[in-house]
Amino acid sequence: MTSVENSVDVGATLDADTTQDLEDLNDVWLIRAFEEKVRELRVAGDVVGSVHLCIGQEATPVAIKRLVGPDDALFVTYRGHGYGLMRGISPTSMFAELLGRATGINSGRGGSAYFIAPEHRFFGENSIVGAGAPIACGAALAGRFDGTDRVAITVFGDGAMNQGSVHEAMNFAAAMKLPVVFLCENNSYSEMTPIADMVGDPNLFRRAASYGMVGERIDGNDPTTLRERISQAIAAAREGGGPTLLELMTARLVGHYIGDAEQYRIPGELDRAQETEPVAVLSRRLIAAGCSRETLDDVETGAREEVESAAATALGAPLADPATAKDHVYA
Amino acid sequence: MPDAAVDTIAAEQVQLTYAGAVNAALERCLTELPETLLYGEDIAKPGGVFGVTRGLRKKFGDRVFDTPISESAILGSAVGAAMLGRRPIVEIMWLDFSFVAFDQIVNQLSNVRYLNEGKLQAPVVIRTQQGSQPGACAQHSQSMEALFLHIPGIRVCMPWSAQDAYDLLVASVYADDPVLVIENRNLYNTGKQPVEIGGPVQRLGQVRERRSGTDVTVVTWGAMTRCALEAAELVAPDGVSVEVLETPWLNPLDTETILEHIGQTRRVVVAHEANLTGGFGAEVVARIAESGISLAAPPKRVGTPDTRIPAAPSLLDALIPDADRISATIRSLLP
Repeated sequence: MTSVENSVDVGATLDADTTQDLEDLNDVWLIRAFEEKVRELRVAGDVVGSVHLCIGQEATPVAIKRLVGPDDALFVTYRGHGYGLMRGISPTSMFAELLGRATGINSGRGGSAYFIAPEHRFFGENSIVGAGAPIACGAALAGRFDGTDRVAITVFGDGAMNQGSVHEAMNFAAAMKLPVVFLCENNSYSEMTPIADMVGDPNLFRRAASYGMVGERIDGNDPTTLRERISQAIAAAREGGGPTLLELMTARLVGHYIGDAEQYRIPGELDRAQETEPVAVLSRRLIAAGCSRETLDDVETGAREEVESAAATALGAPLADPATAKDHVYA
Repeated sequence: MPDAAVDTIAAEQVQLTYAGAVNAALERCLTELPETLLYGEDIAKPGGVFGVTRGLRKKFGDRVFDTPISESAILGSAVGAAMLGRRPIVEIMWLDFSFVAFDQIVNQLSNVRYLNEGKLQAPVVIRTQQGSQPGACAQHSQSMEALFLHIPGIRVCMPWSAQDAYDLLVASVYADDPVLVIENRNLYNTGKQPVEIGGPVQRLGQVRERRSGTDVTVVTWGAMTRCALEAAELVAPDGVSVEVLETPWLNPLDTETILEHIGQTRRVVVAHEANLTGGFGAEVVARIAESGISLAAPPKRVGTPDTRIPAAPSLLDALIPDADRISATIRSLLP
């Protein structure tokens, strides 16, 4: 075991895997610090409305960060702040959007649960469970005719697996061999109800076989595993292999929404989840590889500082202009 | 609107059925706009359940294709394809089936432009058909345009003439807004009419003065237009002069033109096949009332009573408005 004290100079001494882990940890912390700040702003009343945090589920957005190509299209859910940040939306524009500011990524029209940034190939959150899956099929379909080799990636939760739209989308994609990657983030709760109680077979990935596509369950808390398997699915789709369903096993460390009393939790469940959540996974590995605790703390501190600064800038921005409220309903 | 050499195409007059006019419009759009796609259930190789899309697969290949019976996938994929630069024209076989996938219309399609402040759009055309027909069951016979007219962000039209079946569809495909085009299967094969094809793309929102008159204005749309014209003939021998205004475009609705006409006759009947409560006739009457036009008689609506739609012809006849009911309502406005 490498001495923790001797490994502060990370850039010069770490191997590629560890450098990647450190970047991942940095990204996980950026998302987590962002989400924690959002919670603070929501409790303070600066952010209003329903807010769904992805604390504990940061690994998939982190893994996807560089996997979305310039012609690809990503569709996510209302638990999508992490994806927005990883696709390159600035934390300031994200905060501004949640705060209803004119400088928000959608000038305040989307809010927490429905923002979109096509310029980052981020084709939006969706606050209707499962609705993004058929839309992603359309993005993939468009690629078939516009000369690109587009892959569409659609992210949804375990609960969405029980929506008709998701069934329709999976069959549609499989029947047409569309380049779609279906990512099911299974945090074991269908909103506030255990998914296991809502299905006959809790092995959700098995459904893929019935559509004639590959389905696989993987660890949803380790960005390295996720990156490897998701990039394979993307490559297969791009090469004409059709869609894939990946079930990503993770845990939400906070409520379904801010204010959720979480009375459905099983005693000890969250303590166990703390052992396998992304910060714990990456920190363990980095320490084992020789990173110091101080380095890891610096990563967290750096993320928090970035987030604080972004929030302060967003709070100082003007409110969304009421004079624009009726604009852009029609061409 | 996309760039296209629309003006250079010479208009040509041909004899077409309503279905043929729809087919001609689709053929034109698929020819002029390479970003168009045409898909839906049974529309490609089978040519459509009513034969409307016959021959297009052969002519345009993979851009015309059949889908699973999955309305959410059809409409949802249209939203996604449109966001990524395509111009999908999708068919929902019966309007009644769109409710399986209402989310994609109300929560998805109609939000794209607004959310993106116009920087991204979803120019989807949803072609469908509605209306009662003897023997059609309750789930294949409703007139539900008002549900869609309540949704800001999506345009709605209901062509009645073969010419409008052509013109409105072409205009809809060229439009950058999502448009719901509600056809009527009873009209598809009611004989050939002269149709000018290849003319300039028309603007959205036109009103058609189908009959001029001075005593009463009937505002109507869809298949009820024929009933209104027949009603006008029924009262004509009594010296009652009825004007029939068809509004094939319901969104945008050319309220100004309607009000100009009603300002002249000062008597109005709004007739539609849809049931009365919450029907679009209520909106038309409200706009007339709010305009402050001084009417000579209270405005009247004619529609199907607020019932479910039965299959048996005798039951159906008791409910769906016809020329007799419209003419009786016209007479009730006169001294």
